[in-house]
Parts: sequence; C-alpha cells; structure tokens
Amino acid sequence: MSDKTLTLEVVTPERKVLSEEITSLIVPAIEGYMGILPNHAPMISGLEPGVIKYKVAGEYKKMAISGGFLEVSDNKASILANTAELAEEVDPKRAQEAKERAEQRLHNKSGVDLIRAETALKRAIARLRVAGREKH
Amino acid sequence: MASVSDIKRRIRSVKNTQQITKAMEMVAAAKLRRTQGAVVSARPYSNKLEEVLSRLVASSPDLKDALLEVREPKKIGFIIVAANKGLSGGYNANIIRSAIVSMAHHRDQEIGILAVGKKARDFFRKRNYKVEAEFIGISDIPKLSEAKELAEAVKTFYTQGIYDEVYIVYTQFITAMQHKPKTKKLLPIETPQEESGGELDYIFDPSPQTVLNQLLPLYLINQVFSALTEAKASEHGATMTAMGSATDNAGDMIDQLTLKYNMARQAAITREISEIVGGANAQQG
Repeated sequence: MSDKTLTLEVVTPERKVLSEEITSLIVPAIEGYMGILPNHAPMISGLEPGVIKYKVAGEYKKMAISGGFLEVSDNKASILANTAELAEEVDPKRAQEAKERAEQRLHNKSGVDLIRAETALKRAIARLRVAGREKH
Repeated sequence: MASVSDIKRRIRSVKNTQQITKAMEMVAAAKLRRTQGAVVSARPYSNKLEEVLSRLVASSPDLKDALLEVREPKKIGFIIVAANKGLSGGYNANIIRSAIVSMAHHRDQEIGILAVGKKARDFFRKRNYKVEAEFIGISDIPKLSEAKELAEAVKTFYTQGIYDEVYIVYTQFITAMQHKPKTKKLLPIETPQEESGGELDYIFDPSPQTVLNQLLPLYLINQVFSALTEAKASEHGATMTAMGSATDNAGDMIDQLTLKYNMARQAAITREISEIVGGANAQQG
C-alpha cells in the first residue's frame, strides 16, 4: 500500500459536507463509475445521482449524492453536489417511500416528466445503498 | 395640561409597544444570525462552481448553450426581491426605488416583472406594471429548493424567448446595518473570467459541451440562491435596526412622559397644600 493521498472535499450549496485525506475514490460519472487515485490528471466531470465510495485509512466509506460535478487538480478532488449525505444522515424510510413513488410514476408513465422520475429513482436508490438497505 | 391619570395611561401604552418592538428586534437578530451562517456556508460551493466554470470556458471558449445565447433585447425580465412584511425601515422602499431606476434604463424595451415577496408584488401590481409571476413563500432562511423553483421559472421564460434578458434586483448584504440595493444580470449568463490564466490542461468527461450544459443550470440556481439569501439577511438586518431604534425611541418617550407625570403630580400636591393652608388661614382669621 502506498502512502500517497489526495484531499477529498465535498461541498453543497448549503454546507461543506466533508474535507478529508483519502487514498482512493469511486464516483458515479455520467458514463459509469470511475475510480480516482492520487496524482490523477486534472479533470472535470459531470456526476450522476449515485454513491461515492472513498477509502480513508484502509476503510471504505460511502456517501449519497444527487448529481453534480467532480473537479480533480493538484491532488485535490472537489465534489460539487446538489445534496450529499453521509450514511448516518440518510433517512431510509423517506428514501424507501421516494423510491416507491418514483417506481410508481415510471410504471404508470402517467404523463409526468419521465426523466425527472428516473433521476428521483436514482437518488432514492443511492440513498438506500448508502444506508445499507439495498444490494450493490 | 394632561391629567395625571392620562399621562399614566400613555406611559403604560408606550411601554407595551416597547415590549413588542424589543421582542421583534430579538427575533430578527436570531434570524439574521442564522441567515448569515447560511451565507457563509454557501460560499465554498459558489466559489468552486465559479472556478470550474471559468476553467471550462477558458479551455474551450466556443461552446454553446441556450443560457449563453445573446439576443437583441426586446423584452426584459426583472426579478425584484422584496420582503413579505413591512416594519423593516426603508428596506422595501429602497429596493423598489432602485428597481424603478434600473427599469428606467430600459425604457425602449418591454418589461416584465417577477415579484418575490408580497411587498414587491403589491407595489408593482397597484401601479399597473406587468407582474408576470410571483414568489411569495420564500422562507426566513432561503432553501435551495426555493431558489431552484425561481431559477426554473426564469429559465423557461428565457429559453422560450419570452424574455431576452433577465435581471435580478436584490439587496446586497454588507453588514447588519449596511445594505445596498443591487441589480445583477442573470441571463444570458456572463461567464466569469479566470484571473490566473488556465495553466492546467483539463480532461473533460464525457465532453466539455456536456459538462457545460450540466453546469450552467446549476450556476443559475446558485446565483439566484445567493441573491435570495443575501436579500433575506439584509431584510432581517433592516428589521433588527428598525425595531432597535423603535425600542430606543419608546424609551426616550417613556422618560419624557415620566418627567411630565412627576411634574403633574408635584403640581397637584402643591395645589392641595396651598388650598389647605389657605383654608386654615381663613378659619384663623
């Protein structure tokens, strides 16, 4: 194991959620999950609603985000998310309800914005996964 | 001269008013503190967002997006952010006056108003301005979802070609006592310029265009959010100051009335004594 680290910073419009030294990072990029290691080339990428996994002191931690951006430069990864929740902050009951609601809407195709229902579903699934209620 | 009991009644009434203004001052102070906290904690996000956007634009300047499209302004939208309530000194009057001045610069174009807060809506509606949308329920500490709703509405107006330019008139928060009405161009988005030239060669995933299309709506929401938050902080600050001086004024008034009350009471006692002495003298004589 190398002792190289990069700084992960997660900010939302309402607060700074996290700032930590990590050894690796996995983010839900637009075209699939993507891994970031220390000394990554400078990059800006869009993020989908999903789960961020990061490794601190040999241990993986998870966080749910609802879309946003990742900027990597100079061994610093900044995530700009609309919302971000750590595992202990997720309300599983609410997420479960949101998931069912979104599934219902997708199922009925009841005219409402399908894209919106789909993102809502992704958000809910991400929260549930972080809370450990849903399989990976 | 007013009678002793009249003065006493007035003192009591002023004291009641003072209690109310004092309570309002303290409530506003608490809200101000919380809103100020929100302003501060929103800063890292908006700095970062601006940074990313300016890098993106610096590295690939020919990107296109509906929100960047500059058209000849025929119709202009003004978002005017005022309060729902009064009792905040000159807050509402100042912002409305400044909005009218800003709108006067665009006399040749058609103007539509999106009113935030009851005071803005009522004022402009009464004067036959075109109030095309209203947002009344902004909370004391603005939520992102409220900014989102407003931003979505503006975006729709803009992309459908109803407005060719959109400005936001809000109160900039400097300190609790100091606020300045400000007019800012919201759309088309003017991308921030990077001060320290783009020294790094960024990879954009999946492409600069996709990232930009995703980034700009967020940038817009964030601009609206910070304007709403600053306006609310200013509103609470203005309320606090206004209620603070009302409390002080009530205090001065109570002092004056108390003085008057004591004088009236003293006069009454003196009169009584002289009557008694006069009566006693008459009996002796």
